[in-house]
Amino acid sequence: MKFYIALLVMGILTQNFVLSKFLGICPFLGVSKKLKTAVGMSAAVIFVMLLSTAVTFPLNSLLEANGLGYLQTIVFILVIAALVQIVEIVLKKYVKSLYNALGIYLPLITTNCAVLGVVILNIDNITGYAAQHYGFGHAMVNSFAAGAGFMLAMVIFAGVRSKLETADVPKGLKGLPITLVAASIVSLSFLGFAGLVEGLGLL
Amino acid sequence: MNPIVFAVLLVSGIGLLAGLLLAVLSKIMAVPVDEKAEALEEILPGANCGACGFSGCSGYAAALSKGETKNTGLCAPGGNEVSKKVAEIMGLEAGNIEPMTAVVFCQGQTDKAVKKMVYEGVASCKLASQLFGGEKECMYGCVGLGDCVRACPYSAIMLCEGVAVVNPSLCRACKMCVNTCPKGIIGLVPKSRASAAVLCKNHDKGALTRKECAAGCIGCTKCVKTCPEEAISMDKNAAVVDPAKCTACGACHEACPTGAIRLLTVHN
Repeated sequence: MKFYIALLVMGILTQNFVLSKFLGICPFLGVSKKLKTAVGMSAAVIFVMLLSTAVTFPLNSLLEANGLGYLQTIVFILVIAALVQIVEIVLKKYVKSLYNALGIYLPLITTNCAVLGVVILNIDNITGYAAQHYGFGHAMVNSFAAGAGFMLAMVIFAGVRSKLETADVPKGLKGLPITLVAASIVSLSFLGFAGLVEGLGLL
Repeated sequence: MNPIVFAVLLVSGIGLLAGLLLAVLSKIMAVPVDEKAEALEEILPGANCGACGFSGCSGYAAALSKGETKNTGLCAPGGNEVSKKVAEIMGLEAGNIEPMTAVVFCQGQTDKAVKKMVYEGVASCKLASQLFGGEKECMYGCVGLGDCVRACPYSAIMLCEGVAVVNPSLCRACKMCVNTCPKGIIGLVPKSRASAAVLCKNHDKGALTRKECAAGCIGCTKCVKTCPEEAISMDKNAAVVDPAKCTACGACHEACPTGAIRLLTVHN
């Protein structure tokens, strides 16, 4: 139980996917202009992360058993892309409102590095803490934590950007440059959580 | 088995499986596409300005094809041309649109309007107008910080001497500026025929208006009495011209003691 909580704290705060692993920066910068789209995108990311972990984790055992571990990346991308497309088709048919709300973000997730990152990290287990290998349950919790961390970063940054809208920005820094500066400061602030997992005695 | 052959077979097998699954699913789950709505969306300008009252061009197209609205003349930026094409597809009569242009009802340029302070905050009319109504003495006039300029999708508005000015030949009457202006002093007037307009919305009493701005409407009602068509009425100390009745005879323009009434010329 302790380890599950440790995974959640790590995924959301200390090892945030966007702010300390720098994965999924493209949607982080692209879709964080408005709170509503930021939340929609993050919800889609959480959903796809969970789904793809559920499929790729067992699939990896099959690859390992046949000595084909090196095919991980290719096979995973293939599976994630197919999964996202299937989800899109099903949503379009049965949950039209959610499909409309997610809009372009759903297909964009196909090539989101945060999704590929989480399924590979689940298997490589290079968080630097966990002594044991992840089981299926660990992998699912870790994926959810990664997605929730993504959502937290997106929501916080949407707030930061709404402040930036009214700020008097120097001409040369307008647009993306000042956004990157702001992102780095937010990322820096998340360093404050370092050591939280050990401090709470979760590991 | 040769490991390379096995790897190739495995990856192509997964790819084939995923492809087949997708192909089958897309057949089973196919959602009928509304062809009329798609054709209509092609015709509409695609500015998504919302002048029609729907959520963007696709919203209007969907409402038309579903029969929720029969009015083909709601697209102001598209004008008569789009209205005709839409009517053709839908088999409806084309609604006639009188081409309109936005006008800023204020002539309080920096040399005419008296300032009560120097504003050095964020360059936004909305924010500035919350601080004692902006830097001009007049509480009703153009703030001059360009919220409408930024809102205009057609770059038809410019700031000139502290007052926003609309270029009628670029304006498509989408009402983005009308909805943006915190003072509510932008309105639509006919574009294809001349008409008079009172370019002031100051509701203060005449004596006070005179102190605030040299070009303000002081509510003397001279124009109301002069107008042969009875097209001018008073709205809380400010005259308003009804463009539908106005024949652009120019009598009010000559009668106005402050020059607040202007004759707007024809633009195509």
